[in-house]
Amino acid sequence: MAKYKNHILVCGGTGCRASESEAIASNLNASLSENNLQDDVQVVRTGCFGFCEKGPVVKMVPDNTFYVHVAPDDAEDIVLEHVIKGRKVERLLYVDPETKEHVSDSRHMDFYKKQLRIALRNCGFINPENIDEYIARDGYSALGTIMEEMTPEAAINVVKDSGLRGRGGGGFPSGLKWELTRKSEADQKYVVCNADEGDPGAFMDRSILEGDPHSVLEAMAICGYCIGADRGLIYIRAEYPLAIKRLKIAIEQARDYGLLGNDIFGTGFNFDVEIRYGAGAFVCGEETALIHSMEGLRGEPTVKPPFPAQSGYKEKPTNVNNVETFANIPAIFLKGADWFKKIGTEKSPGTKVFALAGKVNNVGLIEVPMGTTLREVIFDIGGGIKGGKKFKAVQTGGPSGGCLTEDHLDLAIDYDGLLASGSMMGSGGMIVMDEDDCMVSVAKFYLDFTVEESCGKCTPCRVGNKRLHEMLDKITLGQGEEGDLTRLRNLANVIKDTALCGLGQTSPNPVLSTMDNFPEEYQSHVKESKCPAGQCRALMQYVINSKLCVGCTLCSRVCPVDAISGEKKLPHVIDSSVCIKCGACIEKCKFGAISIQ
Amino acid sequence: MAKVKIPENKVQELRDLCKNFDNEPGELINVLHGAQGMFGYLPAEVQEIVADEMNVSVAHVYGVVTFYSFFSMLPKGKHPISICMGTACYVRGAEKVLDEFKRHLEVKVGETTPDGKYSLSCLRCVGACGLAPVVTIGERVYGRVSPEDVRGILEEY
Amino acid sequence: MNLVKLTIDNKPVVVEKGTTLLEAAKSIGVNIPSLCYMKMDDMNFENKPGGCRVCVVEVEGRRNLAPACKTECMEGMEVHTHSVRVINARRTVVELILSDHPPECLTCAKSGECELQDLAQNLGIREIHYTGEQSTYKGDQSPAIIREMDKCIMCRRCETACNEVQTVGVLSAVNRGFESVVAPAFEMDLDHSVCTYCGQCVAVCPTGALTERDYTWKVIEALVDPAKTVVVQTAPAVRAALGEAFGMEAGNLVTGKMVAALRKLGFDYVFDTDFAADLTIMEEGTELLDRLNRHLNGDQDVKLPILTSCCPGWVKFFEHHFPEMKDVPSTAKSPQQMFGSIAKSYFAKKLDKKREDLVVVSVMPCLAKKYECTREEFSVNGDADVNVSISTRELAQLIRNANIDFTSLTDENFDNPLGESTGASVIFGTTGGVIEAAVRTAYEVHTGKTLEKVDFEELRGMEGSRKATVDFDGLKLNIGIAHGLGNARKLLEDVKSGKSEFHAIEIMACPGGCIGGGGQPYHHGDVDILKKRQRAIYEEDAGKPIRKSHENPFIQELYAEFLGKPLSDLSHELLHTHYFDRKKKAEVK
Repeated sequence: MAKYKNHILVCGGTGCRASESEAIASNLNASLSENNLQDDVQVVRTGCFGFCEKGPVVKMVPDNTFYVHVAPDDAEDIVLEHVIKGRKVERLLYVDPETKEHVSDSRHMDFYKKQLRIALRNCGFINPENIDEYIARDGYSALGTIMEEMTPEAAINVVKDSGLRGRGGGGFPSGLKWELTRKSEADQKYVVCNADEGDPGAFMDRSILEGDPHSVLEAMAICGYCIGADRGLIYIRAEYPLAIKRLKIAIEQARDYGLLGNDIFGTGFNFDVEIRYGAGAFVCGEETALIHSMEGLRGEPTVKPPFPAQSGYKEKPTNVNNVETFANIPAIFLKGADWFKKIGTEKSPGTKVFALAGKVNNVGLIEVPMGTTLREVIFDIGGGIKGGKKFKAVQTGGPSGGCLTEDHLDLAIDYDGLLASGSMMGSGGMIVMDEDDCMVSVAKFYLDFTVEESCGKCTPCRVGNKRLHEMLDKITLGQGEEGDLTRLRNLANVIKDTALCGLGQTSPNPVLSTMDNFPEEYQSHVKESKCPAGQCRALMQYVINSKLCVGCTLCSRVCPVDAISGEKKLPHVIDSSVCIKCGACIEKCKFGAISIQ
Repeated sequence: MAKVKIPENKVQELRDLCKNFDNEPGELINVLHGAQGMFGYLPAEVQEIVADEMNVSVAHVYGVVTFYSFFSMLPKGKHPISICMGTACYVRGAEKVLDEFKRHLEVKVGETTPDGKYSLSCLRCVGACGLAPVVTIGERVYGRVSPEDVRGILEEY
Repeated sequence: MNLVKLTIDNKPVVVEKGTTLLEAAKSIGVNIPSLCYMKMDDMNFENKPGGCRVCVVEVEGRRNLAPACKTECMEGMEVHTHSVRVINARRTVVELILSDHPPECLTCAKSGECELQDLAQNLGIREIHYTGEQSTYKGDQSPAIIREMDKCIMCRRCETACNEVQTVGVLSAVNRGFESVVAPAFEMDLDHSVCTYCGQCVAVCPTGALTERDYTWKVIEALVDPAKTVVVQTAPAVRAALGEAFGMEAGNLVTGKMVAALRKLGFDYVFDTDFAADLTIMEEGTELLDRLNRHLNGDQDVKLPILTSCCPGWVKFFEHHFPEMKDVPSTAKSPQQMFGSIAKSYFAKKLDKKREDLVVVSVMPCLAKKYECTREEFSVNGDADVNVSISTRELAQLIRNANIDFTSLTDENFDNPLGESTGASVIFGTTGGVIEAAVRTAYEVHTGKTLEKVDFEELRGMEGSRKATVDFDGLKLNIGIAHGLGNARKLLEDVKSGKSEFHAIEIMACPGGCIGGGGQPYHHGDVDILKKRQRAIYEEDAGKPIRKSHENPFIQELYAEFLGKPLSDLSHELLHTHYFDRKKKAEVK
């Protein structure tokens, strides 16, 4: 970055791009040119900054001014005011919700204060399409050092010593996996990067690939060196066009620099990477299914053992790690296993990236040391519950995880703690729910997902989850019967006990954890035909209180099905036979006249 | 199933696509991605040519096509509408938005309107959770969509 | 040998490393129920997707239950096959399967033979606690096979049979999750696919999802029609298996009882397909020698090896997959069709009847025969040479319907002239038999000498693909044998690429040959049953007074009175056929 005096970093993550961050960048460039500053200031499109709630985000370097909710029209002001006159554009600064003061430096924002970025170390700092920027931040030096100074065994020991565990969900010790693959004898081995991120509401891996693709490539090469593989494959969702584009650019650049290909660093070590596309099947996140998919087959999992480390892609030993796991690897080698081990908890060292979403104020991508409590994540980093509502539950681990309650808020996040409390780490989705969320419906939502994504190979998942979903559906429709809850629990336990793969075995978790943590909510649905959260449409009726209604007609205008009638300035009524219970009227009513009964 | 005639030059293009992947059965999914890129969808005739070229059974190709939700045997509408059904969007009301689209377009998820203008699908997490609920129409992304926005959005097309 | 020690239900057991829990348990008399699992060693058939989850067992120290069919025994394992946890899980899993299965046991074609029904019975399932939506699929009725996929339990056995054993590639799992099912491409009917109707999918299906097309009623209608003379022919493999349908031990030859039963059923003439098999040898054997001699005389146009053509599944297979080689197989019709042709010409004439007044019924171990007799080229003015083809199972059904106590019947003999046969024709029923029969005749014709030792042990066996060299008095004849279409494909690829060294190749679509046909009583995965049937066939051959086709006196009479000589013009018209390029037929309608 030497040539320019100043840099303007524009977030180029998918979220910010969806809010026209590309237009911001081009407007900035146009404005810079108009003012003849194009040689002094460089506009850099980076990966995700993480603070998606406030996107699009623009950061000024070197003074670290952090602008939020920037619109393309704001570009001119940024150039004229900030770049030329040196004055911060106040209206674009972040406002601290507590103190109501403007905060210009991201380091002083609660959202960033408790974060520690290892996997995301370069996201939002570098231009992911420029290998030089990665190299400038010590990129590829871990690979160089290892190849010059370490045997594969010694390097594997570093990974083992670091205590790094698989970030894709299972938490299997990565070093052990590498060692197993190294020890499997074969003429050909493979390194596979699992980038088939499929949890609904999780976008960690995508953000890493979009923001720092080289860290993954470097780690794959290190892994190849360690296990004795010269081919790497990245299995990525076809729905991630930006990540794919940046990966392709990164691979080309790394090849040009001799960091991929033959005779890397003149050591005689060959390693190259190719991309394979997923095609929309969640189960392909399971490693045996992923391998079948890469072989051009239906992505059906097979019983383990044999593990991929013994017989994987094309029946050769294959080491599969996910994106975030790989992104940690170069940092571990640069700073040492001891450094890494000191972060986090004893059994789960390091950090974890979460996609924090749902009913929190600060939706975004965060990375925290293991051991951080749920409370810190949701209330300090996440800024608490949106709209001042009451916290009800947090769901971790996606469709394989569970819903934790207020009682769990002080739980230190790590693999074992989450598992012990009935949820799991999963790949890092973290969805916050408030008092308006019905836990039976949430369980049903996840089951809906599992039913749709089940591969159909084994009975418990193919039929069992379908039946679970049907029972939950029945309960949310107020048709639950005595005995349904016992049946529900037995079936959930049997599925957990008998399903073939990880997807099936964990699919009942959302049901079991909500049954455990919110038993009374299930009871009300079944015994009283009531949904305490007021979310189950079949169990509610929208009613206008004629005493409160002033006849402003807002509700009748917003009603999509014309179910609300009434004279202007007179109380309105809802025809419940027409009402589709969409809730639009409640949101619009300024007088609190509409309620759900 | 309506019979689709594929022009001769397209057939050749498709065969060349397979050859680019060395007709290697392991590359089937990559080939299907390419084929869907060429035709917009994967009609039976395309699958038959791919099977023939890659030396696998048509049933196998069809088994793979129907396994992955990304592959479609029906042509998409001129304006493909996708509603994000990720959890973040779900808890912020994506289902209601979806219902609204279904009601307006009178199609189910996975279908195309009879005039071929719109097709409706769901997808899992666009990754723009800060904008939840999110709807995409073609390349365009709509954030924080509420059910009452739906009519207006459709009127843009 | 690497041994591991473990306990199963507290009983110690020592097994070789690599043994599964299911096999280890079986070795000490613990039969863990299973459903999708099926393994037939000599048939190259192994289906263990680990999908049904019926065979789950509890392994101490393991988090979840283990599928016994897929879990290898490990040193020190403590396994419980019927703990409460296991029984509850197993019953729940079976209830789940039943919850997506039509409750039609009473009228299901598979009732009494259904593995799911047996399983539910053995587990004592009396109530299904989990009910909900059931899968419904369009029914599919081909001339040979009926698919009712509502009854499919996704065991994937048919897929394994069709793709791995037979390499026909008609079936694949399609869709996913609750919607997943096994189907041909685009979920079209089998009719529009490259299905050979070999029926191996039917032979392994545990439920009523795949069954044969039942023509028993057509037979009954013919039998009661006073205007019709009903002639029946029975294939050699039928007599080696029919007894099983009446509780007899596999390998019991029931030729005499079968003839008696057919007569009781009311057939006017009970004939033997074996007669036509002898005729096939006359034509095919002569064709072989003709091609061979021309080849030896340097004729470049002659195609060798000659391939047998008596198996309709195999014929359809090469028409779809190797149409460019359609002039390589023998042009001789199959015995079923030769019989029909002769019955409706030579025999009709003898009776002084019109061919339309004859109804020819065939009893076959085969489902492809149902399709074969519907092929247009096997009809004259719309009248099929063979009107109805029923399977061994359907014959058993007819016998039961007629209240015949099969096991106590007294043996009877076939009628003449089309009921006389030699040992050579009997062995058509097993792999290696056709070529052995051909060799017996071709040897004598070629060398002019009498063959002293008629048993060619080198051509016999159960290996999927075999080869042998037979010495024709100095001429070394290289013979290849394949059963199972996957094995046939390999030999065919060699022929196609010019690598084949064979002069003649025998191919049977079904593993084991006709004894393992898709229309035989269900073997439920027991390979020994096929071996016993094979033994029975060779026994019948050994016991026959005449063991060479050309010595069959009625065959000699047929040529003398009617056909003239093998490969005569009339023989060509009646006994030979031609093949079609079906490569383009398998397209979307």
